[in-house]
Amino acid sequence: MSLGALFFVVAALGLIAWFVARARAVAFRTGRRERFSALPGHHGAFVALWTMLPPLIFLAIWWFTSPALVTDAVIGTAAAANLPPPGFERAAILSEARNLSRGEAFGAFHDLSELLAPAYAAAQSRYDWIATALAALLAFAGFAFAYARVRPTFAARSQVERIVMVLLLLASLIAILTTVGIVASLVFESARFFSIVPVTDFLFGTHWSPQVIDPRDPGASLGAVPLFWGTFFIGAVIAMAVAIPFGLMSAIYLTQYARPSTRRWMKPVLEVLAGVPTVVYGYFAALTVAPAVRDFAVSIGVSWASSESALAAGLVMGVMIIPFVSSMADDSLAAVPNSMRDGSLAMGATPSETIRKVLVPAALPGIVGGVLLAVSRAIGETMIVVMAASGVAQLTLNPFASTTTVTKQIVDLLTGEAEFDSAKTLAAFALGLTLFVVTLLLNIFALIVVKRYREAYD
Amino acid sequence: MTQKITAHDVNVFYGEKQAIRQVSIDIDQEDVTAFIGPSGCGKSTFLRTLNRMNDTVASARVEGDIRLDGEDIYSKDMDVVQLRARVGMVFQKPNPFPKSIYENVAYGPRIHGLASGKSEMDAIVEQSLTRAGLWAEVKDRLSDSGTALSGGQQQRLCIARAIAVDPEVILMDEPCSALDPIATARIEELIHDLRGRYAIVIVTHNMQQAARVSQKTAFFHLGELVEYGDTNDIFTNPREPRTTDYITGRYG
Repeated sequence: MSLGALFFVVAALGLIAWFVARARAVAFRTGRRERFSALPGHHGAFVALWTMLPPLIFLAIWWFTSPALVTDAVIGTAAAANLPPPGFERAAILSEARNLSRGEAFGAFHDLSELLAPAYAAAQSRYDWIATALAALLAFAGFAFAYARVRPTFAARSQVERIVMVLLLLASLIAILTTVGIVASLVFESARFFSIVPVTDFLFGTHWSPQVIDPRDPGASLGAVPLFWGTFFIGAVIAMAVAIPFGLMSAIYLTQYARPSTRRWMKPVLEVLAGVPTVVYGYFAALTVAPAVRDFAVSIGVSWASSESALAAGLVMGVMIIPFVSSMADDSLAAVPNSMRDGSLAMGATPSETIRKVLVPAALPGIVGGVLLAVSRAIGETMIVVMAASGVAQLTLNPFASTTTVTKQIVDLLTGEAEFDSAKTLAAFALGLTLFVVTLLLNIFALIVVKRYREAYD
Repeated sequence: MTQKITAHDVNVFYGEKQAIRQVSIDIDQEDVTAFIGPSGCGKSTFLRTLNRMNDTVASARVEGDIRLDGEDIYSKDMDVVQLRARVGMVFQKPNPFPKSIYENVAYGPRIHGLASGKSEMDAIVEQSLTRAGLWAEVKDRLSDSGTALSGGQQQRLCIARAIAVDPEVILMDEPCSALDPIATARIEELIHDLRGRYAIVIVTHNMQQAARVSQKTAFFHLGELVEYGDTNDIFTNPREPRTTDYITGRYG
């Protein structure tokens, strides 16, 4: 039986187990009036979980390991003696044979794969039988173990609760483990990159031109400082110059000045901005804002202004971040107790004095934390800069000049037909790792700041 | 005896609901006036009409005539900023700003431009803290955060903060309800000391406190002013049966 079919069989077994155990629990309850620690349903769930979980766990492991076992079995056959040595060709033949055996390929490019296909089918069916047998064995063992415990005194309820807790824990661990996996793959590929290019060349080099890499000294044209600068300039300087004032002021307006009826429609509208797909912001930046910025620059005498300027990308990114800053600032201002505001107003302070001198200082740690989170989002933002920023890396302070960012370069490096093992492609992973570390540190720092502040009023 | 505040036929509404009905009262310059009454009787609401703190509640609406030294405080010409500088307020829960002790006291004088220079500000801060009976305890740590003080000290800091702008009236909205008995006793002493310099109006749910600190007492019930007179008379010889019932603890 295939794995998919097995899965359904196990589920069906679980259902049967549930009914059987429940019936037994109902039977020992009838005619007795004492208190039982568990309802019949709990006994049913306990036995069903014990019936299903062992084979399911086994099948999950099997799913990852069985292809290798099958392939090993095929390689062990006499027909496989003619296989080429391990490498690309050998893998291609084996893969073709597997597809043939499943009927997923229409013909063979290699005679050998046609020869191996029957061996594949045989090995596959043999291992499928083993899997079926093992799964059935585990299901029955689990069932027997649990069913023997279905007694009036058995606290099935708390046992089920425990199993559920473990399942929930596993669910939350998956996200964490995935993060660990991502970091591991980044680190692994980055390590390969740094075996070609020295870390110092990459981190401190000021020349970035991955199109032309000198094979004798790849580090000379893979200095990432212009990228870091461009990212910082667009994401942390220009975007924040837009997002901080407008986000903060809109939060102040919404929390302090707006009537409830105004707030009721204005806050959701502002939050809609956060839901606009970034690629749409990218169009807007590339098609509308960038030409306008260039025309403006030309009109004030900057004749060489780029149509892929840092300013255009940064402005649109800033607008994208406004709702983010605004909602963080809104939360922080709302967390300042009303008694602060009343205290200040009762001293004869005007609303704006109260905001400037009491509310914003009191909410400042929360606002700073929000801004840091916003910065980390801005520097990780990809779509806007892919569409609106240029690919030219230069160290410049001029907002009308073209600059590029880390994310934009990662996309450029990984698209196209460069071979995977080259310094050029691997540089993308080193950039990704650097970006990941920077945003991670920013997030941690921001969370510490926000947390410390939250405690102040509790 | 001079009348500092005169209120005539005051009604307060929160949306549709009427919280204060036809209240008329005169507040003396020289006395401490206590507002007593059961929870929800409108005593705090009425107190907040006296410095227009009800303006901060969007649904609140005030009718009637309230005058401070004969000036209509709800007229269009009245500057709320000036009014609140003249009528200070101390709240139920101590609410020092998350700034230093010094900055808490200097906050009002800064806003109103009362000090020209550091030494004048220092003098105002010292005088206010002294009057609030807090100077001796905090003079060596003026730069510590106001929120690090104990509850009773925080409340005295709030009183110092109110005094610092040199108000004519101080409104106190249950200033001791969040404090322990010892801190309460200190605040009551302080109210004694401040009497005469400022007209003081104190809202309290504690009748013994009203009897201890005030010369005049007003009894509120269901948004109405039931009885107003000398504290001694109210507590020993009330005219209204409802006052008698409340004072003898039959409800409240």
